[in-house]
Amino acid sequence: MKIAESWLREWVSPDLDTEELGHQLTMLGHEVDGIEFAGDDIADIVIAEVVSASKHPDADKLSLCKVDDGSGELIDVVCGAPNVVQGMKVPFARLGVKLPDGTELRKVKIRGITSYGMLCSAVEIGLGNESDGIVSLPLDAKVGSSLIEFLGLPDAIFDLDLTPNRGDCFSVLGIARDVSALTGTDLKDSSVMAVVATIEDTQPVELVEPVGCPRFAGRVVRGIDAAAKSPIWITERLRRSGLRAISPVVDITNFVMLELGQPLHAYDFSLLQGPIRPRMAKAGESVTLLDEKIVELNDDTMVVTDDSGPIGIAGIMGGLTTAVTDSTTDVFFEAALWPQDVMAGRARTYGMHTDASMRFERGVDPAGQARAIERATELLIEIAGGAAGPLCDASVAEFMPTRSDITLRRDQLSRLLGVTIDDTEIERILSGLTMTVVAISDGWIVSPPSHRFDIAIEADLIEEVVRIHGYDSIPETTSFSQAPLQTVTESKVDLEQVATTLVARDYQEVVTYSFINADANRIFTGIDSELVLSNPISLEMSVMRASLWPGMVAAAASNSARQQDRIRLFEISKSFHGKVTEHTEVVRIAGLATGPNQPEQWGATPEAVDFFDIKSDVEAILTLACGDNEISFRATEHPALQLGQSAEVIRGEVVIGIIGKLHPKIAKTYDLKRAMYLFEFDAEKMLTTTTPIAASISKFPAIRRDISVIVDDEVSVDELLAAVAASSPALIQGVKVFDIYKGAGIEAGRKSIAIGLILQETSRTLTDDDADEVMAVALKNLHDQFKGELRD
Amino acid sequence: MQALSKLITQAAAEIAAAIDLAALDAVRVIYLGKRGKLTARLKALGQLPTEERSTAGQEINKAKQDVQGHLNKRRAALEDAALQAKLAADSVDVSLPGRGQSIGGRHPVSRTQSRIERIFTNAGFGVRSGPEIEDDFHNFTALNIPENHPARAMHDTFYFPGGNLLRTHTSPVQIRSIVEEGVPIRIIAPGRVYRNDSDQTHTPMFHQVEGLVIDENISFANLRAILHQFVEAFFESKVELRFRPSYFPFTEPSAEVDMRWGEGKWLEILGCGMVHPNVLESTGIDPEKYTGYAFGIGIERLAMLRYDVPDLRIFFDNDLRFLRQFR
Repeated sequence: MKIAESWLREWVSPDLDTEELGHQLTMLGHEVDGIEFAGDDIADIVIAEVVSASKHPDADKLSLCKVDDGSGELIDVVCGAPNVVQGMKVPFARLGVKLPDGTELRKVKIRGITSYGMLCSAVEIGLGNESDGIVSLPLDAKVGSSLIEFLGLPDAIFDLDLTPNRGDCFSVLGIARDVSALTGTDLKDSSVMAVVATIEDTQPVELVEPVGCPRFAGRVVRGIDAAAKSPIWITERLRRSGLRAISPVVDITNFVMLELGQPLHAYDFSLLQGPIRPRMAKAGESVTLLDEKIVELNDDTMVVTDDSGPIGIAGIMGGLTTAVTDSTTDVFFEAALWPQDVMAGRARTYGMHTDASMRFERGVDPAGQARAIERATELLIEIAGGAAGPLCDASVAEFMPTRSDITLRRDQLSRLLGVTIDDTEIERILSGLTMTVVAISDGWIVSPPSHRFDIAIEADLIEEVVRIHGYDSIPETTSFSQAPLQTVTESKVDLEQVATTLVARDYQEVVTYSFINADANRIFTGIDSELVLSNPISLEMSVMRASLWPGMVAAAASNSARQQDRIRLFEISKSFHGKVTEHTEVVRIAGLATGPNQPEQWGATPEAVDFFDIKSDVEAILTLACGDNEISFRATEHPALQLGQSAEVIRGEVVIGIIGKLHPKIAKTYDLKRAMYLFEFDAEKMLTTTTPIAASISKFPAIRRDISVIVDDEVSVDELLAAVAASSPALIQGVKVFDIYKGAGIEAGRKSIAIGLILQETSRTLTDDDADEVMAVALKNLHDQFKGELRD
Repeated sequence: MQALSKLITQAAAEIAAAIDLAALDAVRVIYLGKRGKLTARLKALGQLPTEERSTAGQEINKAKQDVQGHLNKRRAALEDAALQAKLAADSVDVSLPGRGQSIGGRHPVSRTQSRIERIFTNAGFGVRSGPEIEDDFHNFTALNIPENHPARAMHDTFYFPGGNLLRTHTSPVQIRSIVEEGVPIRIIAPGRVYRNDSDQTHTPMFHQVEGLVIDENISFANLRAILHQFVEAFFESKVELRFRPSYFPFTEPSAEVDMRWGEGKWLEILGCGMVHPNVLESTGIDPEKYTGYAFGIGIERLAMLRYDVPDLRIFFDNDLRFLRQFR
């Protein structure tokens, strides 16, 4: 909300400069987002009178004016505005004056006649965004005096970020009340004199649905001057609050709303048919609004009706058929109480958001309707004349919001704040907030004023006390309550450790979005996501990812496009699976590598990263949690990976992850020129571990035996090693592959695998005979299981 | 026959002149070899009269030892020189870069999150997590934000058909943790959160750390203390804070906290407050017995201040040139 300092100071004027006042507003909880200074840039504009105006001999649209600027000499000015007339009071820029847009006035010849200054339009002096000629100032404006002085400028405009709980602060009065409470500066008397009725005309109002409208105040004003204009002090205040001036009646409703916080509506009295009945809309009804839009109404929306049907949506916008126009002379003002719960969210369902709806949704003072009518009547008669009928103030008491007294306990306040605040300070603060405070033995009975409908429980009062007392006046006290010690689990490897391991292996962590393009998700997982956002930012961010790969591959591709050749990324984050009604979220560890397998360096020939480079990185993480013989890699098919270079990683019987080469077709769509290898693991399944149990270490020497076995190509090394290890589990301490050979000397379709065995006993030194025996068993197993032959 | 002393002098000279181990060995053979000059003298002892043999023998042996001594010394010197020469040939340009794998790095957001976690776990906080696809109840209703509450409109929520949503804050973890663990409780809950907002200062996904402490007699003064200590621990320096009244439906009193930055500028860094009695009651906790505080910290916000990152969006660009600065 925008609020002008000058207007605020009319209501409360503490001894603070603009900056300090802004700071206090912020510290009250009404955060100042910005302060705009208005009028500084038009300090040299003066008020002048057009003494004579005649047609320019050579231009129909130009006038030759003689202007009195109070300097004693009449000044010749050529003016292009259509509305210039003799006797008019206008803002005048003398020669040498700088306008807000930076131009400096010089004498100019216009169609042969010299002009010594300029009569200014609203746009030219920053008083408006549109212009229908030069500004016509009231006739009582004093010639030669400063324009900004006349307009109450310069002024500061605070842009306040009001919190939704403080509906009462959506007005000058509301903010002034808070400032008064904080600073102890008196608030201007906010009571309004009742306007005495001079005519008897009334508009009947029937509260047929009091739940939705428990109070409705109104008044008829007849015979106003339809040609009247809003005075500059009103239009200026509206402008500084961000509203446009329209007509006196509309301007007054806006002015009163800004001042008192109660939104008003004005009807053309002559167009109303029968009594006004606020009620719930019926499904299928519609109404044409002021902005000429036709709205289909929902049956949860309050409308104002007369005999013709709905004539406006309650608290959101009035209807076109009964709206005031340029020729309206008889007005009916409405100031209704539309309760918060009836208004909540309604404007939004119609895609609307008005100054009125914003206020009603946050709540208005349930006692403020009649006052707003009085204020509007007073202003209207002052500006446009007319005669007021009696005030109508219909309400249904049992549906009016009820207030109960609240007990504030001294102990509870101290307990919650952690400090004791003096009774006198508490009483001063609450009274300053216009609450009625009665002391009792352990605290106070407090009755909040009608406009503080947000105050309902003790905690609300404690907040008010500390808000005014000052949050920063509360000490900082460390709580020493004993926290139970927590287990440091060894049954799961910490994700931090995984990250550290990957970082040590030259992987850079990335953070990619959890929502991705639906096609990318399908391409990488083979599954159409059912977790589709209803209101995504864009199609690129519309489904929840079932894999971390699409985001990472895209990140790699954009880095590749930025001339990075060696790219190794990892991410530890969630993937999402299942349906909206029943979904799972899985923490994944994913990585990719592309480009050279080593950084470019001297003395080493870079090779493109391959399956086994990335497999070793994966094995490094697996080693953190998994036992030596727990893991196997099984060739698999995967929609995103190249067949023959992709594997499932299996722990026991469970697939815990996948590793492989990005399918070249996909790589091509990302414009990736080099092979890319990927891995992705389920962290939970990968990182569950057991506590190590130490085994005794043999004191006796080990024997190493190497053999080369020829087997069919299809035989996997994994299986082969497992068979060897299983042949004499007690003696074989380790099995390693140290060479694979195919080619000359080996028949086609077969391969030679060189295996090294470490043999050891814990109770004695093994003999060569023992070793020979172990090797014989192993070879027999290999022969039986894989048709393995010993290579000579 | 030459005098022994002359022979020794001669041998010493030849030993000194030997330029390498091979030459030295040749000298050794000449004097001490099977047919060497000193060996020959020993062999000739038999021809001496008996009474002279003993003395002469001792003299020859002494001469042999002398020569052997010269040989040993020279050998050591030559070996040392040879080693020096070999090592000199083996020297490297120490300024050449090391070989092998280089090192990667953490993302600055994880790095920041990790530091925040360490600060709080050191003080006895547990670390919790919760689902990112949340239901309306945990994200809003249980946090005292009923349907149609104006605060909801401020959350720019991403929805799924049927009403589930992407959590807009980490606060739902408060509710889940209280219900699961009961009180007293002292936790933080870091994680991703989502808002349907994307411009220069907003990304549709970002990270928060929620904090929650509930116990008997937890006060606003405790909240002020822990947050001030946290901020100073995080920035490793004295920091001036101000607590501003604000509004979150699930805390009361509520505050936004600004820190003084540079030349007197205040920057908002987090929101906090005392757990609202409605939240305690809705999770079955007696607000007459227990009080608590909660806070929510924007991780990117802290990372931007800590590492002088001017633009939030760069965290999600994953540009290696940016990320590698955080190794």
